[in-house]
Amino acid sequence: MAEFENHEVLVDATQRTYAEGYRKLDAYSPFPVHGLSEALGRRKTRVPLIVLLGGMTGGLGGYFMQWYAMRVDYPFNIGGRPLHSWPAFIPITFELTILCAALSAIIGMLALNRLPEPYHPVFNVPEFRRASLDRFFLCVEATDPKFDLVRTRTFLEGLRPESVKEVTS
Amino acid sequence: MADVVTNKTISPAAPKHAPSHTVANIKVVAPPAELAREPLVGNQRSIGWISDAIAGVAEGKTPMWWWMAFVPSVILMTTCFTMIVYLVSVGVGVWGPGHPVMWGWAIINFVWWIGIGHAGTLISAILFLLRQKWRTSINRAAEAMTIFAVMCAGIFPLIHIGRVWLGWWLFPIPNSNGIWPQFRSPLMWDVFAVSTYFTVSLLFWYMGLIPDLAVMRDRAKTTIRKFAYGLFSLGWTGSNRHWSNYEKAYLILAGLSTPLVLSVHSIVSMDFSVSQLPGWHTTIFPPYFVAGAVFSGFGMVLTLLVPLRRLLKLEDIITVRHVELMCKVTLATGSIVGYAYAMEFFIAWYSGNPYERYAFINRAVGHYAWGYWIMIGCNVITPQLFWFKKIRQNMMIVFILSIFVNIGMWFERFVIVVISLHRDFLPSNWGFFRPTWVDILTYLGTFGLFFTFFLLFLRFVPIIAIGEVKAVTPQADPHHPLGGAKEGGHH
Repeated sequence: MAEFENHEVLVDATQRTYAEGYRKLDAYSPFPVHGLSEALGRRKTRVPLIVLLGGMTGGLGGYFMQWYAMRVDYPFNIGGRPLHSWPAFIPITFELTILCAALSAIIGMLALNRLPEPYHPVFNVPEFRRASLDRFFLCVEATDPKFDLVRTRTFLEGLRPESVKEVTS
Repeated sequence: MADVVTNKTISPAAPKHAPSHTVANIKVVAPPAELAREPLVGNQRSIGWISDAIAGVAEGKTPMWWWMAFVPSVILMTTCFTMIVYLVSVGVGVWGPGHPVMWGWAIINFVWWIGIGHAGTLISAILFLLRQKWRTSINRAAEAMTIFAVMCAGIFPLIHIGRVWLGWWLFPIPNSNGIWPQFRSPLMWDVFAVSTYFTVSLLFWYMGLIPDLAVMRDRAKTTIRKFAYGLFSLGWTGSNRHWSNYEKAYLILAGLSTPLVLSVHSIVSMDFSVSQLPGWHTTIFPPYFVAGAVFSGFGMVLTLLVPLRRLLKLEDIITVRHVELMCKVTLATGSIVGYAYAMEFFIAWYSGNPYERYAFINRAVGHYAWGYWIMIGCNVITPQLFWFKKIRQNMMIVFILSIFVNIGMWFERFVIVVISLHRDFLPSNWGFFRPTWVDILTYLGTFGLFFTFFLLFLRFVPIIAIGEVKAVTPQADPHHPLGGAKEGGHH
């Protein structure tokens, strides 16, 4: 794992590492760095799809609940007005759409990030404490087919890092 | 395991409790004067300084003023709970409302508090979508304000129903009576709108907090702090996978919150406007309520942040420019509110409806005219002073004016609720409303609840989004004269 002083160096290093053929990579930064996902060769996030599904469930479910309650299960005649009075059902349908979409956004985000995660090996490196403060890290995982302790270290050292550390699991 | 350190010495992490204020050895190339904008972070602070300054608020020793504010807040909060116990055990008769003013302070306070919440969501969601970078310094505190204000708001509808233990009838839960709630009623819409609003605001706030709780975890010295922040930061590492899912989810939540916040106060306004009471039954209500909510919310944000930036020494992060921008939003929404008042009056006359006309003339010259004129004075005249730069930059005046905004908006709801109700269609249905001591103490007590939570928030949570502020500083940009790798680093 290599430590860098700013995000430009990190993106540059990531691009070079990816070009070198490493694939099992992750980069760590105190704030979101744009261009990193591309440098890491990552696909787009699936959060929007989850939110769309959640929102649709909330909306359809909410409307169905009102239709079922007002039309089927508990029909109540108010001055002869239609039982299936859809305009009056819109506000609650809308609110439930938003509620379910928002819940799926945060739950989806956590699930895709595999959080909560009580243990992660990167925290074994003492310098990593600064990853949330003002330092930027690039980690080549040992499961990468190209990974070789000595050669990978030498390669990372050529990327202008502040330091290179081995992450013990 | 050999450490390889390149040409530069790594500057040690900045000292935790004594942030360095030196910015020596940096040559700043000034942009052309006509292009220069007031920077969002004053005095060219480094990103290390930002972490220290913000996290330091929750890490340092508890200041004296905090206790001086916290103890009275807890006493007031206890008063609020005592009043609620008294209300529930004796009955709603201990409050002022009675025929024909069946809605009293409970609804006024509910609408007032929930309106205050709207500024937080506006700052966190709408300004985010509009890419207003200045929001990053204030959004965390404003969102916290939203959550606590909605909590205070939520108490009132719950306790005003009389038989509180049957409150669960409001939710669509199958019950032994075989009855469903009436989904066509705006009051039911309100239940869904407010509970959704609270849930989404809380999630949005917590999600934004996760990376900053990780900052707190990584800076923590004691085992308890390490454990607590570690627990709530859920194992956040700041990896690219984390950030990219997080950013997308944050953007989506902002997109969801925007129509949500507009819908909440629109639905609150429908509690009134769907009825047929003169003074309530108008189509202008939803937009007028939303503007009023944002107006009152910004008033409260200013009331909270103007003293706080001073007390917490965060003047470089919540700068005068931030305060000025908030004053401008207050001016804009205050003008919309003033326009709505004028339009209401105009329509009352133009409609030719004698009841409508009477209701409005009665507001201005009737029994409660004082309430109406306090409202006009505070909500129409006060914000117009923000046209002047001198006033916007004077923190003392801004603070005082923001309190006027809060008062004015409370009276707006008083005017709408009480004045409209106390004169019914028939003179035999006329009455007068007077609050009781229970009304007053319950309302004052909610301030205790609000400030207790807000003060706890100040002590235990980073009150400004650390990661976001870092990302908007030029110092984080290596191409900027202030940023990036420099010989003899400047952390």
